[in-house]
Amino acid sequence: MTTEVVIKTDKLTKRYGDFIAANEITFEVYSGEIFGFLGANGAGKTTAMKMLCGLSTPSSGDATIAGFDIYSQTENIKKNIGYMSQKFSLYEDLTVIENINFFGGIYGMSDQNLKLKKDKLIETLSMQKEAKKLVGSLPLGWKQKLAFSVAVLHEPKIVFLDEPTGGVDPVTRRQFWDLIYAASDSGITIFVTTHYMDEAEYCNRITMMVDGFIKALDTPTNLKHQFSATTMDEVFFELARGANRKAD
Amino acid sequence: MRQFLTFVRKEFYHVFRDPKTMLLLFGMPIAQIILFGFALTNEIKNSTIVVCDYSNDIATHRIIDKLKFSKNFDIQKKILSHREIEDAFKTGTIKLAIVFPNNFNDDLHHLNKAQVQIIADASDPNTASTLTAYASNIIMDYQRELLNINSIPLQIKTDVRMIYNPELKGVYNFVPGVMALVLLLVCVLMTSVSIVREKEMGTMEILLVSPFNPILVILSKAVPYFFLSLVNLTIILILSTTLMGMPINGSIPLLYFESSLLILCALSLGLLISNITDSQQAAMLISLMGMLLPTMMFTGFMFPLENMPMPLQIIANAIPSKWYYITVKSIMIKGLGISAIWKETLILAGMTLFLLAVSIKKFKIRLA
Repeated sequence: MTTEVVIKTDKLTKRYGDFIAANEITFEVYSGEIFGFLGANGAGKTTAMKMLCGLSTPSSGDATIAGFDIYSQTENIKKNIGYMSQKFSLYEDLTVIENINFFGGIYGMSDQNLKLKKDKLIETLSMQKEAKKLVGSLPLGWKQKLAFSVAVLHEPKIVFLDEPTGGVDPVTRRQFWDLIYAASDSGITIFVTTHYMDEAEYCNRITMMVDGFIKALDTPTNLKHQFSATTMDEVFFELARGANRKAD
Repeated sequence: MRQFLTFVRKEFYHVFRDPKTMLLLFGMPIAQIILFGFALTNEIKNSTIVVCDYSNDIATHRIIDKLKFSKNFDIQKKILSHREIEDAFKTGTIKLAIVFPNNFNDDLHHLNKAQVQIIADASDPNTASTLTAYASNIIMDYQRELLNINSIPLQIKTDVRMIYNPELKGVYNFVPGVMALVLLLVCVLMTSVSIVREKEMGTMEILLVSPFNPILVILSKAVPYFFLSLVNLTIILILSTTLMGMPINGSIPLLYFESSLLILCALSLGLLISNITDSQQAAMLISLMGMLLPTMMFTGFMFPLENMPMPLQIIANAIPSKWYYITVKSIMIKGLGISAIWKETLILAGMTLFLLAVSIKKFKIRLA
């Protein structure tokens, strides 16, 4: 693994009035790694991710994504990232092919490149039969896999996944992670939030957020060692015990 | 540009795949034009009226002939007492009675003054006033005729002038009104709902994270609805000219130009609504309630603005459809050109620019 830094934050903070959703978060993400962003509901994961994607303006602090400043170079950042939100975010009234064409189109992919990627994507997901079906008619697991594949279609440097496996059965989740590994192998940095602790084990490094603060940041093995725990679940409980903020 | 076209194509998919949208887009205008044009018309044809001619002379015959000629009346000539007239009203067999007293013609020529009584069934005030207006117009017409021949000043009590629409045709008022209503409603509703839907579905986030310019998101939403509204307008025009005999006396390109202005104005308004709401229901409610009533009330096709109290007249000035209605009437009925309606056009254009500027400024490029 190279040590090139692709995400660097310095005391990144988001305030909503008196409420501090993300408090001085500082971390680095290296190129090609799978970086897990963990925490209970309401701990500030989504807020932090939205700031990094340019959906939300930080109240203070600095960050660079793929070498670009999040205040002044958002256009460059947008070209280099992919994003998959909590909500299913493809168009249900468009077919699989139309969705792929649309998202490829708005990322400015050339016809040739798009066709190549489209064929490969459909083959990887073995969706040949479903290609012309409306996305709304597909089962949830398929939709999520498709949404992920669309998010990395334009080969971004970094892809942000916001609780991508919510509501998906364990088998599909496993398949989903296979896709994540494949993307990671091709050099894409993965930034993923989750509250499934078994998924945390799949990450190269993880951070734990509690009440807007980063409470821990290390590899899963080191964290378990540090908290003398046998599973990530125990680590999580150990850290989250001190939380004051109610889950929402 | 390619990105833009990709987006526009996607918007067309949305429209054509949603039966509800299609129905709203094309069903509503057709239903409205037929409803307003036929069912809700305030024009009255072939009403049964009774003429009591006590005088039975040259003058009364001439007037009765004119009444017959107007097609508005189905005339029964009878000599009835007032009592009998009242009974006829009560049973509803007649809508209007015209009574010529004895010596009508003599009075007219010797006293220079004659009386005629018009009695209308005012339980339906609209019908009554319309019919009375028809009848008194015809009588007045006769008075003018006499003036030409005799040069003796005969008494003309009222001066009702109804140029351009001497027959008080309801369609002339309703069609431009419905055009304004439909274009405004459809465009405001469609844009606001389609943008809010992206927010609700979570796809707006994806679009904002992409390098696609947010301003283009707005524009590409507007393009399909702009063209579909022009199609809509064409349907309305064809329906109203073929089915209802609505004339288009002025320039058709000018009519489309003015309509495009209103459509743009409505699209900007829809955009503004989509900025302040987060659910499709709210957007729909605001668009419908917020647009339907003011448009109905303040455009001038349902209730005459001149009769409203001053504060309401001032409010009406802020309603885009009022200005559009004036321009459409001027073009279609009076056949006027841009030189006669440049003021209204400028006001409409100004409103459009203002709304567009505000909504683009307000459009949230970041979510928070």
